[in-house]
Amino acid sequence: MKLTIEKKMHYKIFKVCFMLLLLTPALVNAAKDETQWNHLLKKQYFADKTIKESNDIIEIEAPYRAEDPALVPIKIISKLKQTKDRYIKKIIVLIDKNPFPFVGEFEFTPETGKADLAMRVRINSYSYVRAIAEMNDGQLYMTKKFVKASGGCSAPIGADLDSAMKRLGKLKFRLDKNIKTGEPALTQLLISHPNITGMQMDQMTRFVKKSHFVNHLKVTFDDKPVLTAKIDIAISADPNFRFYFVPKKQGVLKAEFTDISCESPISRSVCSKGSQYSSTYTVKP
Amino acid sequence: MPISIGVVLKIILILFFALFAQLVNALNVTEVSSGIYVHFGQHEFPNKVNHGAIANIGFIVGDSCVAVIDTGGNPEQGYALKKAIEKTTSKPVCYVINTHVHPDHIYGNIAFKQPGVTFIGHNKLARAMATRGSYYIDKANEQLDIKLKPKHIIPPDKSVKRHMSINLGGRKLTLTAHPTAHTDNDLTVFDQKTNTLWMSDLLFIEHLPVIDGSLKGWLKELKRMEKLNYQFVIPGHGPVVTDWPKSMQAEKFYLQLLLTEIRQMIKKGLFIEEAIKTVGYSEKNKWKLFDQFHKRNVTTAFAELEWEE
Repeated sequence: MKLTIEKKMHYKIFKVCFMLLLLTPALVNAAKDETQWNHLLKKQYFADKTIKESNDIIEIEAPYRAEDPALVPIKIISKLKQTKDRYIKKIIVLIDKNPFPFVGEFEFTPETGKADLAMRVRINSYSYVRAIAEMNDGQLYMTKKFVKASGGCSAPIGADLDSAMKRLGKLKFRLDKNIKTGEPALTQLLISHPNITGMQMDQMTRFVKKSHFVNHLKVTFDDKPVLTAKIDIAISADPNFRFYFVPKKQGVLKAEFTDISCESPISRSVCSKGSQYSSTYTVKP
Repeated sequence: MPISIGVVLKIILILFFALFAQLVNALNVTEVSSGIYVHFGQHEFPNKVNHGAIANIGFIVGDSCVAVIDTGGNPEQGYALKKAIEKTTSKPVCYVINTHVHPDHIYGNIAFKQPGVTFIGHNKLARAMATRGSYYIDKANEQLDIKLKPKHIIPPDKSVKRHMSINLGGRKLTLTAHPTAHTDNDLTVFDQKTNTLWMSDLLFIEHLPVIDGSLKGWLKELKRMEKLNYQFVIPGHGPVVTDWPKSMQAEKFYLQLLLTEIRQMIKKGLFIEEAIKTVGYSEKNKWKLFDQFHKRNVTTAFAELEWEE
């Protein structure tokens, strides 16, 4: 077959364009990479269990581009009511590309009413943020969002460190004024803690400040668990959580948390226990 | 193979041009009041094109020596500022004053590191440099396209806890360390002779103010300082102010608006996500770089204000 020079050129251009077209999805995938999840995290946290990817049980909301990588507000919305027969038992939150991907494991009960959850996280590089819900019957559902952010874990400790250290350990509850008996009440819990990641380096001493973070949180209403959480360094300084609980009568909402300090930011094998803090709040529906 | 004369000439020519470029590359400076020289930065987001050289920097000349006030957004800008000083006066540099830790003000420090030069900063500047240094160095290459090493982050030799006076020979400068405002290590320089306040990033004109310390603290300082009289005030970003405190009102208004609106939202039980979407947008058309900094300001301010008693 004979081709004129012009046709050859066209053919070449076509070939290049075609190659580019083939490459485009690959390039996008390179950015929105899930290998960490597929090859490591899935096995580590869920063994060989089947996980259904769907937004029908829970859906995650996160900004596509984070304004402050050390304080990215994320929200998990549940699509069903917590009833004794069918409820979300647990939500695990992971950030694939973080040096320590585990953000937290949050346990709910039927008393939670609604397994919604909002928090602020640190994101270290462009990554998927994923939440996996485990139902009371053991079924797993996953929702995910891609977030563009970088440097959230190594970003310097708070702007006003002195005032942050002064109020360490303080707890605050914030609830709506109009709480109705028997209906899920939105609750905000504010914890004052610098939640040091262990990746914030001191330039002069070349010494990385050891991690010091809230590792366990328990919220009860009249001693019945509402939210129990195992959390880690990906939670922003001054941890802030929003969740629901159902007040059936007047009672006491109680939050307790402990902190911990670990030798390595990416391993939890050598840690020393810190202090325990708690606070109560009387709820009058 | 013997090297031809042509190649040798080419090398000489290249070397000559390299040297020449070094020699003439003096920074553009303006004498805003007698003996006070400012290089005015452009209102741009720090990037790979401007290499972070966006702030107002400069120097004050006394009878015996020179005080440099902020050194620029990269080492080259520091060297260019040094050239500008040499072109202006034969007096030696005796002090380098860093007004706060931000990269656009301190990355030129290395140009002045030599015996006889004393670096001065707020008493919290060294800590801020220490905790931010490695993060800044990591980001310098990626965001500003400049190569930075730990040696470029030069902490102060002398620190100011409240006030400090230095003498440049017939010219007394009063340095004031401020409580947490724009950052937790803001330092201003007052020149008695011309009644000029070098306010640096405690004052933004045209460029949206950036909160990296405390919104409440910053407003408190502005309210205190607006009662004082100054002939000239030099902002960290924007033109020199000759009508103090009039030109400062825009900044105060913006910060006050954030305070009022965020407090209202917290009181109503609304959350940070809503605040980021709604607070302060009436100010959008009044400022440059609003889109780049506003949301982050709201985030920082919200996190501060939710801990108010």
